[in-house]
Amino acid sequence: MNNNSYSKLFWSFFKVGAFTFGGGWAMISVIEKEIVHKHKWVERDDFLDLLAIAQAMPGILAVNIAVVIGDRLQGIKGSICSALGTILPSFFIILAIAIFLTPDAIKNNETLNAIFKGIRPAVVALILAPLINSAKAAHLNKLTIFIPIATALLIYSGLPYISNPIVFIILGAVGGYLYYVISSHQHNKERKEDNK
Amino acid sequence: MSAYFKLILAYLKIGLFGFGGGYAMLSLIQREVVGAGWITNTMFTDIVAISQMTPGPIGINSATYIGYVVGSDAGSMGWISGIFGSILATMAVVIPPYILTLYTGHYINRHKDSPFIKGIFKGLRPVCVGLIGSAVLLLINKDNFGSTNYELTASSIICVISFLIVYFTKIHPILVIILAGIAGLIIY
Repeated sequence: MNNNSYSKLFWSFFKVGAFTFGGGWAMISVIEKEIVHKHKWVERDDFLDLLAIAQAMPGILAVNIAVVIGDRLQGIKGSICSALGTILPSFFIILAIAIFLTPDAIKNNETLNAIFKGIRPAVVALILAPLINSAKAAHLNKLTIFIPIATALLIYSGLPYISNPIVFIILGAVGGYLYYVISSHQHNKERKEDNK
Repeated sequence: MSAYFKLILAYLKIGLFGFGGGYAMLSLIQREVVGAGWITNTMFTDIVAISQMTPGPIGINSATYIGYVVGSDAGSMGWISGIFGSILATMAVVIPPYILTLYTGHYINRHKDSPFIKGIFKGLRPVCVGLIGSAVLLLINKDNFGSTNYELTASSIICVISFLIVYFTKIHPILVIILAGIAGLIIY
């Protein structure tokens, strides 16, 4: 836990903040590259659990992901470094726009528009890749594969109430807990019967 | 003073009640900042467009921008008051979820071997996969892929090639974003 690794953490997340477009999920590819592959700070299975915590909390997903990873690696100071790294690039860019430019100057800039027409579909690909990776890491079987499929389709449906992601987080947590209670109960019963 | 106070309150609310990541938070942000009369609906759409054209989370982008607008209107020191507003709004939207996330992370880490926490994560993992899947589905839209045949074809090709690069090679995703931007500049 030296100063060097705090600055590594900060700069890794600074890259994440400076180069991700399209919100928290689009950041996963860059974070996975930096944290799991390049620096090997976190295992892929752990990474998915950390994502689950970040997603279950309110607030900005990208910052929450930075906080759980920074904290896991370097404690509270680490979480401050990673959170600041994620926030500062967009803070300074937007501040510069607010001070020096009008929204119209950005919106109607032809060059910027062309560049972003290229970037946006790539962002979808950047979420597709971790989707497959995380599906593998979740060890889904023939039965549990329907959980992510139903979750994704229902959120996509936009229907009132049941398209809210928090509903599925609660259902998942409660379902997992009940599964544990029931399976350990059955386990105990079998053991008692064996003892007779 | 009261304008700053209202600004902090609005972004505390957005931070504490916004679930599900950027785009899911948009309607909440809209209700708070347009409802308060700080900006018009058209300006809000502009801010969303700028957020899509600048890096970083949309929650931070909006807090920084709205904070600047509200701060420079309310204060007497022009852009200095604006920056003050930016800092206040950004801190308000970040700090409460930061504390909650940190605390929950610690709690879970302390009890990670308990069957209770293990059970919860067993249930959360497949849901988390589904949430990422929904993000993919929601982003395949006109805003991101365009509406003319030419745009749709070009976008689909960029999307497929980017996916193949990210999934099958060790090329950094940041480089893929830069290349996609260059491709856009050439195509359009």
